Parts: sequence; structure tokens; C-alpha cells
Amino acid sequence: MRIEHDLSRFKQIVRGKIRQNLRKYVTNGEMIGRKGRDLVSIPIPQLDVPHFRYGKNGNGGVGQGDGEPGTPIGKGDDGEGGAGAAGSDPGAHLLEVEVSLEELAAILGEELELPRIEPKGTANIEQEKSRYTSIRRSGPESLRHFKRTYMEALRRQISSNTYVPDRPRVVPIRDDKRYRAWNEVNLPEANAAIIYMMDVSGSMTDDQKEIVRTAAFWLDTWLRSQYKGLERRYIIHDAAAKEVDEETFYHTRESGGTRISSAYRVCAELINRTFPPSEWNIYCFQFSDGDNWGEDNERSLELLKNEILPHVNLFCYGQVESPYGSGEFIRSLDFAEDEPRLVTAEIENKEAVYGCLKTFLGTGA
Amino acid sequence: MATATFEPLPANLAEIQVKIEGHARDYGLDFYPTIFELIDADQLNAIAAYGGFPTRYPHWRFGMEFEQLNKGYTYGLQKIYELVINNNPCYAYLMRCNSFVDQKLVMAHVYGHCDFFKNNYWFSQTNRKMMDEMANHGNRIRRYMDRFGVDTVETFIDACLSVEDLIDIHSPFVKRFDQPSRYDFERAHDEDESTGAPGRFHSKDYMDSFINPPHVLAAEADKLRQQQVKQTRFPPEPVRDVMLFVLENAPLRPWQLDVLSIVRDEAYYFAPQGQTKIMNEGWASYWHSTIMTRQGLEAADVVNYCDHHSGTLASSPTKLNPYKVGIELFRDIEDRWNKGRFGKEYDECDDWSKKRDWDTGAGLGRQKIFEVRKIHNDLTFIDEFLTLDFCRQHKLFSFGYNPANDAYEIESREFPKIKQQLLFQLTNLGRPMISVRDGNYKNRGELFLEHTFGGVELKTSYAHDTLANLYALWGRPVHIETVLDGTRTILSFDGGEHQTEKCGEVDE
Repeated sequence: MRIEHDLSRFKQIVRGKIRQNLRKYVTNGEMIGRKGRDLVSIPIPQLDVPHFRYGKNGNGGVGQGDGEPGTPIGKGDDGEGGAGAAGSDPGAHLLEVEVSLEELAAILGEELELPRIEPKGTANIEQEKSRYTSIRRSGPESLRHFKRTYMEALRRQISSNTYVPDRPRVVPIRDDKRYRAWNEVNLPEANAAIIYMMDVSGSMTDDQKEIVRTAAFWLDTWLRSQYKGLERRYIIHDAAAKEVDEETFYHTRESGGTRISSAYRVCAELINRTFPPSEWNIYCFQFSDGDNWGEDNERSLELLKNEILPHVNLFCYGQVESPYGSGEFIRSLDFAEDEPRLVTAEIENKEAVYGCLKTFLGTGA
Repeated sequence: MATATFEPLPANLAEIQVKIEGHARDYGLDFYPTIFELIDADQLNAIAAYGGFPTRYPHWRFGMEFEQLNKGYTYGLQKIYELVINNNPCYAYLMRCNSFVDQKLVMAHVYGHCDFFKNNYWFSQTNRKMMDEMANHGNRIRRYMDRFGVDTVETFIDACLSVEDLIDIHSPFVKRFDQPSRYDFERAHDEDESTGAPGRFHSKDYMDSFINPPHVLAAEADKLRQQQVKQTRFPPEPVRDVMLFVLENAPLRPWQLDVLSIVRDEAYYFAPQGQTKIMNEGWASYWHSTIMTRQGLEAADVVNYCDHHSGTLASSPTKLNPYKVGIELFRDIEDRWNKGRFGKEYDECDDWSKKRDWDTGAGLGRQKIFEVRKIHNDLTFIDEFLTLDFCRQHKLFSFGYNPANDAYEIESREFPKIKQQLLFQLTNLGRPMISVRDGNYKNRGELFLEHTFGGVELKTSYAHDTLANLYALWGRPVHIETVLDGTRTILSFDGGEHQTEKCGEVDE
């Protein structure tokens, strides 16, 4: 069919445009909207064919139904992106395109020339999965199996002689209803765990957190494309550390000092407790402004070398630059050059996220 | 492809086709031979993406369209039941998985469309062999792609498509310009003459001021001067058909001219369908409803039919359903002309109860709606037949965007406002009115367009990009004069950068 050709041409163009603008998407994470679990929507410039058309004050129309003047009938979708945007950004007509995370990761991989990851000994790792493979007589209406229910009703009516072929009215009663049900299946899978650590001491501001969040989105996206199962854990620390959920991770702000060893301790415990290294591919990403308390450095390195590095696929340390300057901790990780599992990067600003992704993921570990 | 995969309808459908066609003819519907094809959802979505023509030229936007349709279908958000092509013979595609009742309904609906295509005046100038023409277009463009590269040709098509709505939808019916006569030699040597004063009558001195009054002479001279300016102006009058102007005057290579003319031909072919959306769907719905409820339905079909029919006519607050408005207006007209509710006497009657019970037994309804379907388009249809009573009965309202709440809100239930809003949306297919004012702007061969401002501004981001595409066609800087924030503004693109020049307040 000819349409296949045009369709692949369209997809090729979308891919091309994303690649072209990838750096922009990477640094402005907010441009990318989540659509459900596996899809993202990306605004792509200049994709659809532009015409002369009416702008914002032409958005009215005629409708039909009840309601007084003033009754809201629908949410506005911003056409021009607010008042100030008009004219200030010429040639910014956008089309939102849905792309699967997998495809996005593939584009990221191609553009950053990331090597594929070779998971370590995983053949015997099994993951429990729910599969809708069976039928039950009870369940929520949302899982009702229409065709089976209909067939049951039909069968009942025929056998009880209430079915009139000329006027086929098949009304299911309670007994007829059938519902989809799931079974637990064990599937062999390569699993990965990501442990994010962030310094939330007073010197880390919202800008730094934004950088971390942006980097984390892309790290997630890439690793998700490489492993079937992905677990994420979050640790925040100032002088003391604790494990938190994703929401808290990005929104907590403490004022204390910085003791990186506390985070390493929690991390090591987490690995011990939840992610036995024989079954998991473990990735640690640590973000801090590097302003660690001097006497803590030694303790930190000891923990890192003995308790964490031997168990993980990769340990990445990203040092973000805060308004108070950048700390010294990155220097004490100088031995990274001889340690393939340890990668460090300095992230001065949002634009540097792009390069840091390449550094972190370029090892292929 | 249409012919390659063609297979005759299965016997049971062929049988109802004969029946429905018979009913349609009995009602006086008049159509080209109609060929039905049964196809799968995938194919139907693909053909719909191609605007109904499986042999259309290749272009990525058809792929985009297809993906949207296919997604909508997979998620169960939308379903195309049928697709009819304005052609002789008329082609109609039916979705294979429609239920039997649906197929009946859809066939009846299709005959309504076919009758409309054949008889509505606005379709009278369309090419009735478009199926073949489109295949030719496809072949030509494919050949160019082979010769000059897919990217080159596709990028050029993009540019053409950007101005595809800048056509003169009335031009097939009007003679806009006198063709310059080949035997008109005046123009060649009138240069020295044209500067002269207006002709004087011979007169005696004392009579001169009466026979050649000075103020008349002055006016005459003025007129001449204006005519002269007009002659030097290029084009002499503003041209609505921007595509044609570009086609005739832009420095394009032969293949580019051909591609541009293809895009333009197709735009003219599709324009009447945009002009008659409400009428066309209303007419088809009127006939499927009439044929089905009077003859087509078996007792067992009723529920399914009603379900489908009401689904088709469902209206939403933010979007007026053309099927619904169309069918109700046709019924309203039929009812009014059946009861003689028209003309001076009825309009001037002030007595409410008398008006309510007005029925002269005129019985002209059917005749009237056939006449309406012949001569009107949506704009004139709404203008002529949308009445205050109709608005009230169908709870129409106008709505607008309220930035304070970031929401669309009901604005008014006043009849004049609703009608005005509706007419505005239908004027020029809801697109801004744009014409070429100068093809040699500043005497530098630049193209100057003019947006006839009607109260609604252009979307600037789109305007910029459209200008860029127009530049790709014209090859010299392009400009458009419009109104932004109450100020006359000229947007320009010179191949490098965009410029916005304010040039004074709008004179009210």
C-alpha cells in the first residue's frame, strides 16, 4: 500500500526534526510532555504546512446546547502561547507529535552515539508479571468481556427457549457476565535499579534541582530502553540522609551542611537489602555541588570504594555549579580514571546536561 | 489501485444497493452511476488520508493524516463509515466491518451525496474525471521525484501547499479580467498620447467655458491620470488567486510550474466541498433518514439504525455538527414551505398565535429543498434560511475564548450575533482574505500581499512561516500588509530574516 511509504516518510521527518533539535529538548526538559506510561508528546517546530490563518481572537464559534452566557464549555488550548510570545519568536509554529519513549531513547542513543548496554548475568533472573489470560465470573465492569458475556447470554436464551431468531434481543443477566482476569507469570528479564542521590543542603537551589531533574529524565529514558524492568530509588541528604519518593526528592530543601558519606551509607544499605547485585544491574547517580565537609571526604571515599563500587554497573557523580561556586569533592574522585565504573562530570548549567549524558552513558556499562 | 483491488459487492449488499438506488430515484434524486467498494478499516483510513484518491501523489502529510486517523480508529474515538468521491462515475467506499444495517444506511447516505455533487451549482465546474486526473498528477509528481530527488520535490510541494488556500473560489464562475486581445495594437504606441490632456470639443471662444467646462475637464484629467496609474500597476486590480499570480509570474522551472499547477487544480477541486459541508452532509442525512425510515428498515434493524443515526447527529457544545444543522435546516425549510410560512405576508404578521398556526397548505416543501440544494452554498444557505425560531429551537449560542479563565465560554444567545459568527466562519472557508496588490513592489520585483482585515488578526507565527514558503516560490522578498494590535503592519521576509514594520493606525 502506498500509504506505508508516506507514513514512513512522515516518521522519518519527525525523527530528523527531533534529532536536529535534540540538544534543545535535552536542556529544556519541560518541552516534553508525558502521555501515559510509554508515550511522550514533543512539540516539533515547522512540521505541519503553514497557512495564513486567524490568530487568537478568532477562536470563537457557534455551539449547541444548554447554558447561560458565561458558562464555560471547554478548556482553552493555547494557540499562540500567551500574549507576549506573539511576534517575539518568529517561525515558532509547533505541532505536537507523539513519540514512544523507546523511539526517543533510540534517537538519543544515535545522536549521542551511546553504546548498547550489555546486561550482566541475567538469564536466570525472573520477574513476576500479570497477564490477562483467563476469565472469571466476577470482576469489575471495566474488565467485562463483552463477547463472552454475550455468548453466555445467547447460550442461556437458546437453551431456555426464550430466543426468538426473528427478533434477536440478547440481554445478559448477572450470571452471564464474564470478566477478564490475570495470572501471574514468571518471565526471565534483565532488571536494573537506578539509585539517585541528591544533596539538598542549603547551597542547592531550585535551578540546580531543575538540572538534576532534566538529567534524570534522560537517564531514565535511556536505561528504560535497555532494560525491561526498571526500579528507581531516591536518596536525599544534607548532613544526614534518607530514602524518599520521587516527589519529595525534587521538592525538598534543607538548610544543613553536607555530609556525602551519609548518602553513601544509605545507598549501600539499600543495595544490600533490596537489590542483590547478582540479580540486579545497579546504576547510581549522585548530584551535589561538591561542597562536602572536609573531614567527611575520607569516610565517603572508603564507603564508595568498598561498599558501593564493587556492586554496581556504574556510579556517576555529577557536580552542579551552585550560586556559591563549585566544591572540591570532584577532585577527591580523581581516581575515576583508573576505575571504569566511576564517572564524574561537572555540570555548570542546563546546557551542560547534554554533554554530561554522553559522559555518563558513553561507557556502555 | 482502485481498479486493481476492485471486487464486486457481495450478493446481499449488491441486492440492497439495487433497492436503495431504486428508492433514491423514486424520490427524484439524480446521480451519476455509483460504484461501491468494500474495503478494510486500514485501507479506508489510507484512502481518507489521501482525500479519497488512492492514486494521489506521494507526500509525507498523507502519512501524518493516516497516522492520526488510524490512531483515532484504534482507540475507538472515531470511525469512518463511508467515503464518497465527486466523480463520474461516483466512487463510494464502504467499511467492510460495518453491520448490515449500517451498510444500508450508508448507501442511502451516499446517494444523497452523489445527487448533491451532480446537481449543486458550486460543483458544476469541478472535474468529473478527477479519479483519472489525480492518477495523472501522481504519475507526474513521481516522475519529477525520480528525476530531481524526493526531497527537492517534496520541499517544493510543501511550499505550494502553504498557499493552496490562496485561491479565488468564485473565479470558476466569473470572468475576472478581459483577456488582452492579440489585435489590440493601441497599447504599443499610446505612450506619447496617454500623457495628453482630455479631449476638448471644438467651440467658439465665447462658448468654450460652456462646452468645455473647466471643472469637467479637470475631473476628466484626473480620471485619465488614475487610469494611467492603474495601467502601470501590476496587477491592475488586486488578485485573489495568489497561486495563479505566482504561476504566471514567478521565475520557476517547468517542473515546478507543473507541480504548482497540480496543487492549485486540486485546491479548486476540493474547494466546493469546503463550501458546502453543512448542506452536503445535511442533504445526505436527510435522504438516508427519509429512505431508511420509509422503506429501507426492517423491524429488527430499528434499534441499530437509531443508534447509528443519533450518533451521526450528536452535537457537542464546542463544535457545531454539520450533519445536525444541515438536516434540521432542510427539514425546517421543507416544513415552512409546506405550510406556506414564507413571503411578505408571513414575515409581516405580528400575531404570535396566528403565526404559530400558520398553514396555507402550500405543499411546496420538497420542491423548495431540491431548489435549495441546487443553488446555495453554506454561506448563502445559512444567510437565507437560519431563522430566529430555528436558533431558539436548537439552542444555538455563540462562544468565545475568555483568557481570564483560560476557557471557552458561552458568549451570547442573541440571534444576530450567532448568525454573524456563523457567517464569519463560513466566509472564505473561514480563512483570511488575502490578495496580491503589487507584484513589483518598490519597483524591485517584490511581492506585496494584502490581508483584507475583518476584525480578526492573523496568527503571526504561521504568517511568518507562510511568507518563508511563499518566498521559496516567488524568489524575491515577499510582504503582507495586515493589522496587528490595531496598527497597520507589514510583515516581510527577504530570504534571510523576518521583518515587522508598523505603518500607522487603522483608519476606522
